Amino acid sequence: MSTPPVTDGHSHDEPVDEHLPARDDLYANPGLEEHHWRPTDVDPKAEKRAERQVAALFTLSAVCTILLLVSYFTIDADDTVGGLGAQNLVFGLCLAGALLGIGIGIIQWARKLMADVEIMEYRHPAASSEEDRAATIQALSDGLEESGIGRRPLVRNSLLGALGLLGLPAVVFLRDLGPTNAQVVANPPFPGSGLEHTVWTKGMRVVRDVVGSPIRPSDLEIGDLVNAEPEALFNGGEDGEPMEGVALQVAKSKGAVVVVRIEPDEITAPPGRENWSVDGILCYSKICTHVGCPISLYERTTHHLLCPCHQSTFDLADGARVVFGPAARPLPQLALAVDSEGYLVAQADFDEPVGPSYWERG
Amino acid sequence: MDTSKVANSNTTTAATTQKPSKAAAVATWADERLGLATMAKKNLRKVFPDHWSFMLGEIALWSFVVLLLTGVFLTLWFTPSMGEVQYNGTYEQLRGIHMSEAFASTLRISFDVRGGLLMRQMHHWSAMLFIASMMIHLLRVFFTGAYRKPRELNWVIGSLLLLLGTLEGFTGYSLPDDLLSGTGVRAADGFIKASPVVGTYMSFFLFGGEFPGESIIPRLYTIHVLLIPGLLLALIAAHMLLLVYHKHTQWPGPGRTEKNVVGYPMLPVYAAKAGGFFFIVFGVTALLGALLTINPVWKYGPYDPSKVTAGSQPDWYMGWPDGALRIMPGIETHLWGYTISWNVMLPILVLPLLMFTILMLLPFLDAWITGDKREHHLLERPRNAPTRTALMVALMTMYGLFWIAGGNDIIAIKLHSSINQITYFLRGAVFIGPVIAFLITRRWCISLQRKDNETLLHGYETGIIMRSPEGGYSERHLPLPESRAYTLTARERDPALNGGPEGTDANGIPAPGEGRLAGLQRRVRTLWYADNVQKPTPEELAEGHHHADHEHELQEGQEGHAADGHQFDGHHLVEDENLRSH
Repeated sequence: MSTPPVTDGHSHDEPVDEHLPARDDLYANPGLEEHHWRPTDVDPKAEKRAERQVAALFTLSAVCTILLLVSYFTIDADDTVGGLGAQNLVFGLCLAGALLGIGIGIIQWARKLMADVEIMEYRHPAASSEEDRAATIQALSDGLEESGIGRRPLVRNSLLGALGLLGLPAVVFLRDLGPTNAQVVANPPFPGSGLEHTVWTKGMRVVRDVVGSPIRPSDLEIGDLVNAEPEALFNGGEDGEPMEGVALQVAKSKGAVVVVRIEPDEITAPPGRENWSVDGILCYSKICTHVGCPISLYERTTHHLLCPCHQSTFDLADGARVVFGPAARPLPQLALAVDSEGYLVAQADFDEPVGPSYWERG
Repeated sequence: MDTSKVANSNTTTAATTQKPSKAAAVATWADERLGLATMAKKNLRKVFPDHWSFMLGEIALWSFVVLLLTGVFLTLWFTPSMGEVQYNGTYEQLRGIHMSEAFASTLRISFDVRGGLLMRQMHHWSAMLFIASMMIHLLRVFFTGAYRKPRELNWVIGSLLLLLGTLEGFTGYSLPDDLLSGTGVRAADGFIKASPVVGTYMSFFLFGGEFPGESIIPRLYTIHVLLIPGLLLALIAAHMLLLVYHKHTQWPGPGRTEKNVVGYPMLPVYAAKAGGFFFIVFGVTALLGALLTINPVWKYGPYDPSKVTAGSQPDWYMGWPDGALRIMPGIETHLWGYTISWNVMLPILVLPLLMFTILMLLPFLDAWITGDKREHHLLERPRNAPTRTALMVALMTMYGLFWIAGGNDIIAIKLHSSINQITYFLRGAVFIGPVIAFLITRRWCISLQRKDNETLLHGYETGIIMRSPEGGYSERHLPLPESRAYTLTARERDPALNGGPEGTDANGIPAPGEGRLAGLQRRVRTLWYADNVQKPTPEELAEGHHHADHEHELQEGQEGHAADGHQFDGHHLVEDENLRSH
């Protein structure tokens, strides 16, 4: 490390360091400002006062810490202060007081009582000196020469090959992080597994969300929207019990639907879907085709359904066409029918994958 | 000096200290094994320059420490499991509800562990503080040119810290497995699936099968408490080491040059201020945790893939890519049986990576455009690099507009306006806004440069209006104090653009050489410096001072002749003055 031969004041004829910007000072460097004594440096009273202030802050901190400990054992979980949880409020304020007392105290100490004389240090170029560099290069080439890595390409290349190959297991051994979509489809862990399928099957009832009660067409008035689920969520588990755990979550994440009733004259059914509705009752996937949020903000006068995540808007009277927002595809539609007891059922599973797009979707 | 009081020595051995104190004994013990003294002697009194803006990075550093402390506390009770349990804890509204163990243990931390809620809120608040202070620190470093040689690599490390900090935030707020964060994780699944070719595989591997599965929370937990914090720690250490090695940049001023660094020594002042500041950051975080509710997951309830709430938004630092996602038109290509989701891929996968790449390349872009290979340790005022300043303001404007787009629903509700109109407006504004911001900022900087020159040449405005014997009025200007004038002129001249392929300019910077990009480099360099105002030449300065002297001479006759009110200009004693006394 070399220290550049510098004086504090600069003159125009000073040698230029190549690694630094050239100087063309219009004014001579006046040098460091004169040091000003603080009141605490010259007035013993002020000094004493500052000392007491700092000590008072540290004492305040200690008091807060003790209060914090006392409150830990005395405040109950359901105590409140002005509608706020007392524990959180008091713990937080005491902790803040304890910490701020120390912090402000130390800074006050540094500002008022510690020496405030600025000192100067020279910089050195970030680069090493020429000699150091030459010595390093020499050492490096000596070392490499002695290893013979340059002279023995067979050794070098076979080592590089072996090392490179070792990277493969690091990737391959992550393979069991999860099954692929194809494996899930071939070997379904739950009913309706795989991106192309849902738990819906022919004749499965459309039931109300949360409560699981089946829906008759007459239960719905024009303008109604009902959040619904496949009945399997409520009876598809072991021995007809409700589904639970991962099976339930996966089934819900693809099977959730909305059922709407619209004035039949206002419906424009896409070709081939003319008989997918029952008396103006339509059923669509609730999962947005953008990135998969469940949708349910419905405006009955326009039949628009809006996704609260990224505001894609679908026209439910027009095949759930995208009328606004970043989604690119309509919501998949579930063909409805009525079973022998008069309840709404699915004619079949969705005829396309629900939810966001993916590469193999086609 | 009588040395016998401190040491004994005879003629054959080195001096030994008398009755070593306990502390000295410990220090000696350690030094004999670690050799600390050699390293410490250089660094204990290391100089750190003082300026309020140098504190921004410190906020980031200390909030990271607060994150580590509060985070360790939370791990003691948090159960990173998606196993389904029925909640039977103290929060009545959710009793009997089925939820994941992760959510149940988050409720336990919030309601049953004393101080748990405080630690949770402090952890979340300090995460926000961490990312916000990193961003503002980044802006400070850019606007003052502190990223220039030799500090380019530290800029890159800092950018990586910001990127990792953002990911750390996302993985962290996803852990409670509440309805809001679960919605975020589901959207993330949608983003992953939008990756061409490998998207579905990545999604299935990450989630251990089909979304949501039961693996994502434990995996995010490992990433959040082990993987990313480890990387953050290593990068922060490297960031600090480089800071110490390069020595901190400083503002130019009397006695402060490229070759030195002026400030307080590490011990005691800087250590005390920095150490004290840690307690202040910690204390402010405690105040925030005590007074301001953050992420009240009990209000959202456990994650349910069939539910969502209106106004779903990620944490604020995720807002800008989310905004891009919201205003992107719904474009999707179906080709040979495959789907390319431009509407997801471009805003959420390509845009952030592109922005971060641009961010990391900025120092190298600057060096290429300016051809500047010299070291820089003096900071530049933003106005003295108008194009650079304008470039960052343009990027900030773009960021801000994307961020606004991330709240388009909230804005529409609060301002009673149409979300469609807001979205259409922002689609254009994210491109036009930065251009307008760039042009305005650049001209603004150049005007400020002019103003500086004006002050240097003609002095500062005193606010004293003089009336000449002829009846004309003029404002008196006084020359700047020398230290102020020195500081204002302690900046470089921009290289003279000779445009030629060979030779160097006045500062010794080589002109762009021959090469495929030389023409482009020359054009960009011309634009980079175009219209900048240089500090006055010595001749201009002499001329200006001469003029000022002349003016002063003319006004001298009026000196001492008090006109009404003039005597109250702060330059005269006014004890005996009386208005309208003559």
